[in-house]
Amino acid sequence: MVVLETLLSGTNQGLLWAIMAIGVYISYRILDFADLTVEGSFATGGATAAIMMTLCKDFVTKGPGQGMLIAIIAMLLATIVGGLAGLVTGLLNTKLKIAPILAGILTMTGLYSINMLIMGIGSGSAKSNLGLGSVGTLFTKIEEFMPIGRNWVIFIVGFLAVAIVIGIIYWFFGTETGSAMRATGNNEKMAKAQGINTQSSKILGLVLSNAFVALSGAMIAFQQNNATNTMGVGSIVAGLAAIIIGEGIISGKFPFWARLISVALGSVIYRIIISFIYLVGINAEYVKLLTAILVVVALSIPLIKDKINKVSHKSKKGDGNTPTGDGGAAKEEKIATDSDVSQELSEATATQDKQAEQAVSGEDASLVGEV
Amino acid sequence: MLELQGIHKTFNIGTVNEKKALVDLNLKINDGDFITVIGGNGAGKSTMLNIIAGVFTPEEGKITIDNNGIVDITKMPEYKRAAMIGRVFQDPMVGTAANMSIEENLALANRRGKRRGLRWNITKEEKELFREKLKMLDLNLEDRMTTKVGLLSGGQRQALTLLMASLIKPKVLLLDEHTAALDPKTASKVLSLTNEITSKDKITTVMITHNMKDAITYGNRLIMMMNGNIIYDVSGEEKKNLTVQDLLLKFEQNSDGEFANDRMLLS
Repeated sequence: MVVLETLLSGTNQGLLWAIMAIGVYISYRILDFADLTVEGSFATGGATAAIMMTLCKDFVTKGPGQGMLIAIIAMLLATIVGGLAGLVTGLLNTKLKIAPILAGILTMTGLYSINMLIMGIGSGSAKSNLGLGSVGTLFTKIEEFMPIGRNWVIFIVGFLAVAIVIGIIYWFFGTETGSAMRATGNNEKMAKAQGINTQSSKILGLVLSNAFVALSGAMIAFQQNNATNTMGVGSIVAGLAAIIIGEGIISGKFPFWARLISVALGSVIYRIIISFIYLVGINAEYVKLLTAILVVVALSIPLIKDKINKVSHKSKKGDGNTPTGDGGAAKEEKIATDSDVSQELSEATATQDKQAEQAVSGEDASLVGEV
Repeated sequence: MLELQGIHKTFNIGTVNEKKALVDLNLKINDGDFITVIGGNGAGKSTMLNIIAGVFTPEEGKITIDNNGIVDITKMPEYKRAAMIGRVFQDPMVGTAANMSIEENLALANRRGKRRGLRWNITKEEKELFREKLKMLDLNLEDRMTTKVGLLSGGQRQALTLLMASLIKPKVLLLDEHTAALDPKTASKVLSLTNEITSKDKITTVMITHNMKDAITYGNRLIMMMNGNIIYDVSGEEKKNLTVQDLLLKFEQNSDGEFANDRMLLS
């Protein structure tokens, strides 16, 4: 029973955090922009939604219908404010030419104060947290309406929200504007040569990314019945973990929608793991460290895979030059010379790779030992 | 018609690495011209192309283009200029988006200079159009339209980039040594393809090359650059009768005893 409950609450956390992970996917994978704004904009979303509920307390407590309406408006508002945070980072990067990481850090730092100011609206002083216990949230209001238990309410709402977000993103990146954004992240020089305004592409991408991150923050604030200034700490790593776990599930050729689902799935798996870590009784203080180690290991997997591929490629060298299953008839001689060159290169870097692999596998073993 | 007037471009101004790349450069590119550009390393060939494309802005001078009336484009950002200018780069990796499919790349190119909205990024009619155009390349790419461009060879990517650059007829097509990174056989294929496409649609073209033979064979006009300026501009019959020897001699005369670099001699 405890296991089932843990599974459900882990899944719920994972679904709500999945929206944030998908936001990170937009900036990190599609735009190729390591955006740290996320750490701040996640809390901004939570703060905005919480203050909206608090300020409308009288109306919210009238009944479940009114409460749900305000909660939905609060989530939309959080989405917009999160988008604004992304806009700031986008402008810092494109107009003031500040490097992506630093632009994100600057916005994130600024948001620390802004989040406290948001939570302090109406009370006269800045606050570092805001409880929703007496006001209620989207989930408590739905539960009043539909008494199936809090966890099931969160599960249904989370599932629907993730499905809608994936739908919107899948559609958007299929449009002309979305396609231009993908090109910007993939090859900026090419994008410019094809007449794409890469600055607006980046800005819009960051707005979109942080809007979803803030929406996720709002829903997490609803789920935990409060918003805090620090709720976003570590979220970028959590987002990366979800993306990487997702990519581990489906590696290779998959359509875009499947990749988005894999990120959501990655987030759910990640949160379930965390839930069980808590259940086993490992101190909460260690979770962030474990997460960081998990991501480091996951990020180094491509390196290990590469090494394994090279080894197997070398042993098959006899069967000529047919690289990676792409057996087009029009292959030109170029390929042959290319692979020869990479062969030489791989031999030259073999020692380095070996060292790296040893280091990684050492870490792997120690992690297994701990968990 | 595109005109460069009194263009000055200096890199790293005020440092020990200061380099005058272009010095009072004047060039008038007439409609329908196919200009081949030769010159040693550091002569300013690529800088000139980048100035036209808008990658760099000159410190002095003016760039105008005839686009329903003479327009000054000196300060126009690169992406806006792209509506009028097609480009193929030396590095085959630069001209295409590797993570996107062949048809998606072409669809991006087919919207060069147009507003990009929330319509679907590629239409059925476009797919048919692209299939026809790809057939022309004779590389069997028309059967692999959903293949990611990253899986293509350098030559295939360069041919695709060429197609993308000419899909919407540009006012001027800029080719920056676009065959230099290819093996000889592929290079000559891409080059003849270039000739085919530009002559069919009468596209005004500027092509940088290190191969003097190619510079003579292709195009109707040849310019030689040195120290940021044009030292030789020849067209018509006179150009047709040129030999590699003539060009080497010309180069030697103008280079104050400094001889042509190895790459030029070998080609």
